[in-house]
Amino acid sequence: MDVVQLQSRLSEYLKSLFNDGTLDGQFLQLQQLQDESNPDFVVEVVTLFFSDSEKLLDDLSSSLEQPNVDFRKVDAYVHQLKGSSSSIGAQRVKNACIAFRGLCEEQSIPACLRCLQLVKQEYLYAKNKLETLFKLEKQVVAAGGSIPSLDAGS
Amino acid sequence: MSYASASSSSGDRTSDHRDLPHVLAVDDNHVDRKIIETLLLNSSCKVTTAENGMRALEYLGLRDGQPNSATLASKVNLIITDYCMPGMTGYELLKKIKGSSFLKEVPVVIVSSENVPTRINKCLEEGAKMFMLKPLKQSDVKKIRCHLLNCRS
Repeated sequence: MDVVQLQSRLSEYLKSLFNDGTLDGQFLQLQQLQDESNPDFVVEVVTLFFSDSEKLLDDLSSSLEQPNVDFRKVDAYVHQLKGSSSSIGAQRVKNACIAFRGLCEEQSIPACLRCLQLVKQEYLYAKNKLETLFKLEKQVVAAGGSIPSLDAGS
Repeated sequence: MSYASASSSSGDRTSDHRDLPHVLAVDDNHVDRKIIETLLLNSSCKVTTAENGMRALEYLGLRDGQPNSATLASKVNLIITDYCMPGMTGYELLKKIKGSSFLKEVPVVIVSSENVPTRINKCLEEGAKMFMLKPLKQSDVKKIRCHLLNCRS
């Protein structure tokens, strides 16, 4: 594939992530912060999101396994995950966290455990998609091209 | 590491570094700290980040309500703090800043992911200059820069 084809494949892939709700406009904000003086910004922030999220998901699992579940703690973890997913534009993860917080108020462990599974699924889906996106970007750069930017309004 | 001091701006490279406004950004969320830092650097600010209220106060030279004798004037031009933080909330941090004779003139912006009118009013009444919703965008930071710091370029 030549550079133009690679760039086109990248653009289409990114568009698909907006179309299925994986990403929202906040992701474009991050892309706009990336420039020659900060060329790896998006990958760095998203990588940070991955490691923070995985720790939070582990913490959530263990806190829901305690003999006396502290729902304030559970809610605090979900709040963190909701915040960082919102900040990078991981819309579906954010929405799953919003639903989870609603369940924390009801203090039902089975419901929370089910919701945690949903959050995990959305997280893994988003992670997979973003890793693929970054791989496609690398291919464009390796072929000598630059990463095309999507208009924030589109 | 509790502070991250980032000193370069991606903006005008010929401007004297010492002229850039210095912003202290306080947020317990690692991802948000990195984003706010970059948003501010892109708006030609010097940035220091702190992960909680205690570290912020230590950096500002205010410990146990008493300024360190070495600190005579505030070293920052603006403080941006998240509202929801464990330990000391952004509101509590705001109160401590406004209660300090040498820090009270520093403008404080509170940011929150939740749009709660009573929370917003309480912060503004306590002296916060602005309350903004997360996630922050570049346009939000430009607004802050223009209203609260000398609006240049």
